[in-house]
Order: sequence, then C-alpha cells, then structure tokens
Amino acid sequence: MIENQNKSSIIRMFHVHKDYGAKKALIDITLDISKNEFLFIRGPSGAGKTTLLKLLYLGETVSKGQVLIDGINLSRIPRKRIPLLRRKYGIIFQDYKLIATKTVFDNVAIVLEAMGKKRRFIEKKVRSVLRTVGMEERLHSLPPILSGGEQQRIAVARAIVGDPKIILADEPTGNLDEDSADIVLDLLKRFHTRGATVVIATHDKELIRKTSKPGGRVVHLKEGCLQKTTTSESGSDDSLL
Amino acid sequence: MILYYKRAIKDILDNRFLNAVTIITIAISILIVSAFALFFVNVNDIMSHWKKGIRIMAYLKPGIPEEKISDIKVKIQGMNGVQDARFISKDEALMRLKKQMKRQSSLLEDLKENPLPDAFEIRMTTSSQSKDIIERLATRLESLPQIDEVEYGQRWLGRFTNIFNLLKLTGYAMGGLFFMAVVFIVSNTIRLVLYSRREEVTIMRLVGATDRFIKAPFYIEGLIQGALGGIIGLIALFVTFMFISFNMEQDLSFGFSTIRFLPPKVFCGIILCSMFVGWLGCYLSLKQFLK
Ligand SMILES: Nc1ncnc2c1ncn2[C@@H]1O[C@H](COP(=O)(O)OP(=O)(O)OP(=O)(O)O)[C@@H](O)[C@H]1O
Ligand SMILES: [Mg+2]
Repeated sequence: MIENQNKSSIIRMFHVHKDYGAKKALIDITLDISKNEFLFIRGPSGAGKTTLLKLLYLGETVSKGQVLIDGINLSRIPRKRIPLLRRKYGIIFQDYKLIATKTVFDNVAIVLEAMGKKRRFIEKKVRSVLRTVGMEERLHSLPPILSGGEQQRIAVARAIVGDPKIILADEPTGNLDEDSADIVLDLLKRFHTRGATVVIATHDKELIRKTSKPGGRVVHLKEGCLQKTTTSESGSDDSLL
Repeated sequence: MILYYKRAIKDILDNRFLNAVTIITIAISILIVSAFALFFVNVNDIMSHWKKGIRIMAYLKPGIPEEKISDIKVKIQGMNGVQDARFISKDEALMRLKKQMKRQSSLLEDLKENPLPDAFEIRMTTSSQSKDIIERLATRLESLPQIDEVEYGQRWLGRFTNIFNLLKLTGYAMGGLFFMAVVFIVSNTIRLVLYSRREEVTIMRLVGATDRFIKAPFYIEGLIQGALGGIIGLIALFVTFMFISFNMEQDLSFGFSTIRFLPPKVFCGIILCSMFVGWLGCYLSLKQFLK
C-alpha cells in the first residue's frame, strides 16, 4: 500500500529503526525522496547520517520498518539482486573505501568492469572522469600515497563514473579545500541537472548554504531522530539545532 | 573473460609465495600419485604380455608316425578354449633354439642327434586364459596317449595377479588421500588470499560487483595452480623416469617389451584431475568465504 502513495518517490523510508545492539542509531524515520531531488541530510556527528545512507544501499539492514528503492522493498530483495540495486547508486563513502592495492585507474574502472562494459569504453570513460576531478595525472598511483583530498576526489570519480540514477554523498567535501570542494559540488549539481537524484549527508551548514538550490530540502537529523525539514528559502532557522 | 584472466594472473603474481607453495605441493602430490600410475601401467603391460604369451606346450612321445600327427592336431583343436594348435617338429624347435641363443649357438653345432621332442604349441582363446581353464585343459592333454608331457610355466601368474590387485588398491587409497590433502591445501591458500583481500572484496560488492565477478579470477587462479602443479609434477616424473629407464635398459633387458611412460590419455587425465583439484579447493573456500 505504501508503494502507491507517491509515484515520483525514488527512495521511501517508512518508520525505519536501526539499532546497533543497545545503541539506537535511527529512530522511526519516515522520509520520501523524489526523483531528481537535491536533498541534504544535516546533523551533528553521531546523528546517524551514515547509518541512514547505509540502509539505502543495504550496507546495513533495517531493524524495523521498510525501505523502498524504485518501488522495490529492500527487506525482500533476493541476495542475487543486491549488486543490481547497488548499481543504481554512485556512493561517495565518508571513508572513501578505495582499494589500497589497486591503482587509481583500476579503482574507478572496477565499477564499469563489474557492469561488464567494454575495455575501450572503460579506458576512455575513466580517463575523462578523472580529468573532471583533476586527477588524471595520478592514474597509476596507489591510493595510500595520495593526500586525503586527492583520495576524496578519486572516491567522487568512482561514484559518478557509472552514470548512476542516485548519488549518495557522505561528507563529500570533508577533506577538500574550497576550490576542490566547489569542483565536486559543481559536479554533483551537474548530475542533478541531468536527472539524477542527489542525497548529501553533511554537518557543514556553510556547505548547505552555498550549494542548495532554491526550494531544496534539508532534512535535520539528531540523535537518530528526524527533527524537521527545511527548504533553503526558510533555511535561516538553523539556529534551532 | 580476458579481464578475469588478467586479474587472476595479477593475483598469482601478487601472492607469489603462497602460490608457489601451493603449486609445489600439488606438483609433489601429482609426482607421487602418477609414479604409482606409471608403475601400474607398466606392470599391467608386462602382465598382459605374459597373458598373451600363455601357451601350452604339449611334448609328444618320440617316434610318433607323421600320419598320426594331423589326427592329434584335430583332436587338440576340438578341445574347449583352444584357439589354435601348431605342430613344431623337433627340427624346427632346434632352429628356434639356435636363433634364441645367437652367440652360444655354436654349442649346438656339435650335436649328433637332435635331443628335442616334437611338440604342439597350443594358444588359448582370449576368454579362456584363466588358471582353471588352463589347468583343466592340461589334464585333458596329458590323458592323450601320444603325449608325453605338458608344460605351462605360468602357474604363479595367478598369485602375482592377486598381489598386483592389492598394490592397485593401495594405489587408489593413496591417490584418494593425496587428493584430499591437496584440496585442503589449495582451499587454504585461496582462503589466505581471500582473507588478505577481504576489504577489497567488500568494496567491490559495495560498488555493485556480482559474486560471479568476484569469484571468477579465484577460480581461474585455482585452475592455473592445478594445471601448473600437474605439469611440473609430470615433468619431474618424466625426468626421473628417463633416468631410471636409461639405467634399467642397460642392466637388465627384459627381452619382451620396454617400459614406457604414461600414455597421452593418462597424462591428460592427470592434468585434468589436478586442475579439478585446484578448482575444488577454490570452490570450498569461496563457498565458506562468501557465505
Ligand atoms: N557498526 C556500528 N556498531 C555500533 N554502533 C554504531 C555502528 N555504526 C554506527 N554506530 C553508532 O551509531 C551512531 C550513528 O553513527 P553514524 O556513523 O550514522 O553517525 P554520523 O551521523 O554519520 O556521524 P559523523 O558525522 O561523525 O559521520 C553513532 O553513535 C555510532 O557510534
Ligand atoms: Mg558519518
């Protein structure tokens, strides 16, 4: 029945709880994200932002409640289809999750390889994406020798290389100087204009102020609870948090 | 597919030490097991050669007139299990003896009188080469009045067959044991490799890689390990074999057939087996690792 409430929702969370043992990381979250929305999840450290994103790509499973992606109930998705679910997303992980033993090129290329793309296409696409994030010179480096900001840009490149429908970005600019941050945010905006749904988790209100489009929603999370939703016009009541 | 091979080969090179240990273990096991196989192939050869050579010699009493001979021949050929009976006159027998003795044949030149008896050489049909049938036939032959003596030297063949079968059984048991040991070792190596790459595997899954995509290189790795181990083991066996057979042929020539290396079919079989072992080891550890 929830499936028919809103046709344009691509992500739906319905009374979702997530416990880590005794720790309640998320409490009764109900949230709809429409197709092509540009949404911020804002909250202090430990609020549950990363946990919320994890539930969307089945990095964790809900303790209670339901999550629907594209109308598919994640608690009923067969194991075999999980890779297909994950290919809908481009995920920028807070800790980057780069493979330390693979070169920058291979780290980005693996997304396309897993999709079964042709070698020639992969070669071209990966190079062009790395160029966009300004990392084409480090093609053959291994991630551990790169700086935090450089690693973050690789993570961004990997997230967008598969042209995903949904981008989940967990503190995507946490380690970047202002200029690099702007490049990354511009990229995310560009994807949004091309039809992607973008969800950004951050504690950085400056980032939100700078980036959010008029009418864009900001969801406030605190201690695992949804506090309120603001739009960027009314974004001035940030003081409540 | 090419991509999988590339990843597999890179994996092997990245984990050189582990892979070398696995390949050597496989090679040693293959060496031992196929040494057994080689032994059986050759003993089998020798035995079937002997079996084919099973013939009964029936020596005639001296002074049997020539007309009678064809009668006896017909009688013998009518007996059960006889394929063919050939008359060998004492002159022919002497000729043969001279030929066999080659250099020493001069010893025979001085004979005034041929001491050898006339004889029938009786060949058995293939289906009746068992000990019982031969023994029964021998008694029937002996009961013929014109026949002096019956000879068939292979009484001990039966006993030898039993020993051979026992050895064969031991061989199978050892093969089985080695098989399990190698599967265990291969699955452990792959597990170690997997363990060292668990983070990589997790990340690959997070970005949408299927289990198949993740597993394929490991399977190829297992197959390559198996094939390499098998080939190295067989090469080692071949070298040993050449060495031994070279020395053996000089020391004691068997006279009938030379020992030979494994036939190509067995050779390929062993390599396939060894690849299967690699695959199975991989399958087991992956099954556990990827739940
Ligand atoms: N695997 C886990 N086991 C136990 N507790 C966890 C686990 N993951 C997260 N938590 C707890 O859940 C709460 C929410 O964590 P989460 O990582 O979602 O916070 P966050 O909002 O992303 O914080 P930050 O801004 O620091 O990244 C925290 O109190 C954290 O300690
Ligand atoms: Mg977080």
